[in-house]
Amino acid sequence: MSLQATTSQTVGPYFSIGLTRLKQDNLAGPGVSGERLTIEGRVLDGDGQPVPDALIEIWQANSHGKYAHPEDDQKKPLEEGFTGYGRIPTDDNGRFRFITIKPGAVPGPQGKPQAPHIAVSVFARGLLRRLVTRIYFPDEAANANDFVLGLVEPERRGTLIARKIAGQAGALEWDVILQGLSETVFFDCGL
Amino acid sequence: MANFAGYRRPYPGTQPAHLHPAYVSSIKRAPAKPLVPMPQTLTEVTGPVFGKEAVDTKACDLTRQSSGEPLGERIIVSGRVLDENSRPVPHTLVEIWQANAAGRYMHKRDQHDAPLDPNFPGSGHALTDDEGRYRFVTILPGAYPWGNHYNAWRPCHIHFSLFGPAFATRLVTQMYFPGDPLIPFDPIFNCTADEKARNRLISSFDWENTIPSQALGYRFDIILSGRDATPMEK
Repeated sequence: MSLQATTSQTVGPYFSIGLTRLKQDNLAGPGVSGERLTIEGRVLDGDGQPVPDALIEIWQANSHGKYAHPEDDQKKPLEEGFTGYGRIPTDDNGRFRFITIKPGAVPGPQGKPQAPHIAVSVFARGLLRRLVTRIYFPDEAANANDFVLGLVEPERRGTLIARKIAGQAGALEWDVILQGLSETVFFDCGL
Repeated sequence: MANFAGYRRPYPGTQPAHLHPAYVSSIKRAPAKPLVPMPQTLTEVTGPVFGKEAVDTKACDLTRQSSGEPLGERIIVSGRVLDENSRPVPHTLVEIWQANAAGRYMHKRDQHDAPLDPNFPGSGHALTDDEGRYRFVTILPGAYPWGNHYNAWRPCHIHFSLFGPAFATRLVTQMYFPGDPLIPFDPIFNCTADEKARNRLISSFDWENTIPSQALGYRFDIILSGRDATPMEK
């Protein structure tokens, strides 16, 4: 007889009271290797209105494609000072922004590497459970053969791929559109 | 890559649907398109690790965050964090936040006309111990009105945020109190179809952890997604 996982509930509008302490919007501290990237965007609702009470959490590998977690037994280097975790609240205009490094490729299904990606959880008032999505990178040849991207209808894959911001080196844009025609792809990967 | 067992998907009905129109804020924020099913990969079975360095050991007592004592009824909220296979989840971060005794959050967007308590910021955190146990000292949060529908009041509740061992086990939930008359009317509490699953969000009165002349105890066990028995890759 197994237990059942506790029911999820919304973070509500006041989560900053409890969740600000671990705010982390710069993962690329001194000594961390890899291509520096700034990723910014907005969280928008079904009317295109900004969501000022959303929280983005990210989880990613380091530039070598290694997760700072005991279950990653790949023979790749860990880097002190790189946890791979970020927590970024949206501001009054629904905007978020974080600095990180481009992750390396990690293993995926069927023994093939996955294209570099960042796993994302989205929490907000109105979301009864978190939404799970991913950020992929532009000009990345490996996207074409990525197993997870391949599960998504081609016309919606673009919602998962960050866009370059013209004229700003290392600056990427990626929005979370909760609902509507250009709705971001959200995944069911368990809870 | 190494074989691994993924984390179980929720039992049908035990997790809320994304859209629950009675909870009005979900109407414009819930995805309208179906979620895309995907297998768990190394990305999802790993996740952030928070050790002792990420924790202030005094943060489990929400009544001692200021020079003075907060107003309200002191309570002890404790329990265990287990996985679906009944195994304790040790050394995992538990974060909580809540309203004060008057039903007011210390937050710029909370405009409820009830007093703030300068001695009660309303947040705490702790790591579970070797057996998955946690324990907070806090005060009983008050009920408060909200704009969801006519004469809407949230039942007393404490928000909980847990990581567990992996990205796949992340959980944010709310704990309620036994006998609260507002619970049956609360659209957030009622967003989950399965009645037993909903009712597990209600803590139980806990004599064992009640401290004489000091504080009532409430027990709230939290279950995180557990490992499937079968590895996903052969």
